[in-house]
Amino acid sequence: MLDFTQQLISGVALGCVYGLIALGFVLIYKATEVVNFAQGEIMMLGAFMSVTFITTLGLNYWLSFLLCVIAMAILGAIMERLVLRPILGYPQFSIVMATIGLGLVIRALVGIIWGTDDLRIETPFTDGVFKIGALVIAWDALSIIVATILLCAALYAFFRFTRVGIAMQATSQNMLAAYYMGIPVKRMFSLIWSLSAMVACAAGILLAPITLIHANLGFLGIKAFPAAVLGGFGSIPGAVAGGITIGIVESLSGFYLPEGFKDVAAYVVLLAVLLWKPQGLFGLNAVKKV
Amino acid sequence: MAHHVRTDYGDSDPLFPSKAAVFWYAVLIAGLIAAPYLLESYYLSQLVFIMIYAIVGVALNILSGQAGQVSIGHAAFLAIGAYFTAVAQKHGLPLVLYLPLAGVFTGIAGYLVGLPALRLHGIYLAIATLAFAFIVEEIIARWESVTNGNEGLMLPPPSLFGLKLGTEGFYYLCLLVTVLVVLAAINIIRSSTGRSFMAIRNSETAARSMGIDTARYKTTAFALSAGITGIAGSLYAHKMSFISPEMFSLSVSIDFVMIIIIGGLVSLRGAVFGAIFMIMADPLLIILKDKLPLWADVVTHGLYLPDTVTQAVQAGVSRVVNAPGLKSLIFGIIIIVFIIYEPLGLDGRWQRVKAYSKQFPLARQRSARPPRMFLKSERR
Repeated sequence: MLDFTQQLISGVALGCVYGLIALGFVLIYKATEVVNFAQGEIMMLGAFMSVTFITTLGLNYWLSFLLCVIAMAILGAIMERLVLRPILGYPQFSIVMATIGLGLVIRALVGIIWGTDDLRIETPFTDGVFKIGALVIAWDALSIIVATILLCAALYAFFRFTRVGIAMQATSQNMLAAYYMGIPVKRMFSLIWSLSAMVACAAGILLAPITLIHANLGFLGIKAFPAAVLGGFGSIPGAVAGGITIGIVESLSGFYLPEGFKDVAAYVVLLAVLLWKPQGLFGLNAVKKV
Repeated sequence: MAHHVRTDYGDSDPLFPSKAAVFWYAVLIAGLIAAPYLLESYYLSQLVFIMIYAIVGVALNILSGQAGQVSIGHAAFLAIGAYFTAVAQKHGLPLVLYLPLAGVFTGIAGYLVGLPALRLHGIYLAIATLAFAFIVEEIIARWESVTNGNEGLMLPPPSLFGLKLGTEGFYYLCLLVTVLVVLAAINIIRSSTGRSFMAIRNSETAARSMGIDTARYKTTAFALSAGITGIAGSLYAHKMSFISPEMFSLSVSIDFVMIIIIGGLVSLRGAVFGAIFMIMADPLLIILKDKLPLWADVVTHGLYLPDTVTQAVQAGVSRVVNAPGLKSLIFGIIIIVFIIYEPLGLDGRWQRVKAYSKQFPLARQRSARPPRMFLKSERR
């Protein structure tokens, strides 16, 4: 039972990271109907940037966190402007390929700038543990869970109470109507990319203490797909719930099932859910009219 | 301007558009038959890779270009074809039998993947094929009694009717298979099946209301595409003569999608152009790696820049050139540039060059510009 709880908690922590990456997918998909295959790479870029700020420049963890998030917000908007804006309205297949290309470019640039060695950062949470009876929770796992809850609350408040957030919601519900209402739709797209890059960056920095920072970190983004699909690809709470589900499934199957199941468990669950509910667990079932 | 006089229903979609086309295709085939006597063995080997990639490109063109279904997991079908070949050859099946059987076996796998595709579209389908590819890769790595796991399998050289196929023999085998596959694909696209694929691509709802059994045609598209990829996998296994799970990873699937994106989704010619581009990019990159520092040297000396700048440029260039991710950097940029500036691919450019030369003095740039596209929502 103790083992089970222990695995459950590490699964939830991992799942929160998947959830945060999936949140990035969902934000962009909801607003622009683009599925961003470069989300994992954007997360990786955020993590590597934190290495520069924390280890190379020797800045304080919290200050570095803030600087990274701001830098990624700017980079996110630049990516949208350079790569996605010119192909607005192209078939989805082309757009998906463009984001895959973007991911390749980011991964290669990260390799050229930071090298291919494993890196690590010092955080206030390193090496600390939290004990409840015999149960041991590492601080960095706990930090991820707490940060996810805070981020979700912040995003909820942003979309619920701010003008920009409401404008974004309008854009994602009906682009044309939003445009008629005087909402600058194109600027909203840039903002959404910034927001999504910020979330990804936060996920990357939070993840850094658990897995080392390396040039293949971006592949976690592909693990986050099942999370987003489970959540229905259009729902923000769904993304986090899907992420946590995938994290728990992966952690438990790594512990109880033979070797090899851990890596594919997420995809098996994904295929099973898609066969049963093609629009994901929280998705809307809609047929587009001609 | 070109006018077509049609006296027969068959004229509306002929196998060859004109007598000139027949002539040029004959020249191409003759050139390819003569190639082993003209080219060095390195280029012959590249030609074999181009043909294998072209077969995969044709397969993806049928699925994505014609039927409009997305797959980013085609490396899995290549793997199934390759491993089927390895196992069949070990059990003593002859090539004439296992090459088509690899296609049939992979086609069945494709049919099974196509079943969930009935209920999924767009991005859900892309991600489902991705998941399938990961699962296949993992199964191959773990099913050690058949696939020998991560250590991989060695394949003896192929033999046809008891004769061992050498480099040239294998080249001719690939050429024959490629020509047959392309002919088959053209005829599928010309048939009612192909037209149903296009109807589904353009609008699934409209196709269904026209009485097209969308479920049947979608699974057919998957099965056909997978089967053709399986045949390519069989040839690929022989070409490499060693297969292991990491040869069929996600990046291979992305390479395959790049073939049709770069070549152009509209026609089969695009698949061949894309395959040539993808395979010849490697030797070009090697040349670039050799020459770029020299060129940088010439430029910096030509501009009489101060020594510190020259050294900095040299260091920067050598760092970029020797970076492990150079290939993916360039490929990434190529994908983005092609999608933004050449959405119809190399084939689209070729068509425009042809149209320009046909209407030579009268051609205007505006007439070649593709129509503007507007955002089409996939939701309600």
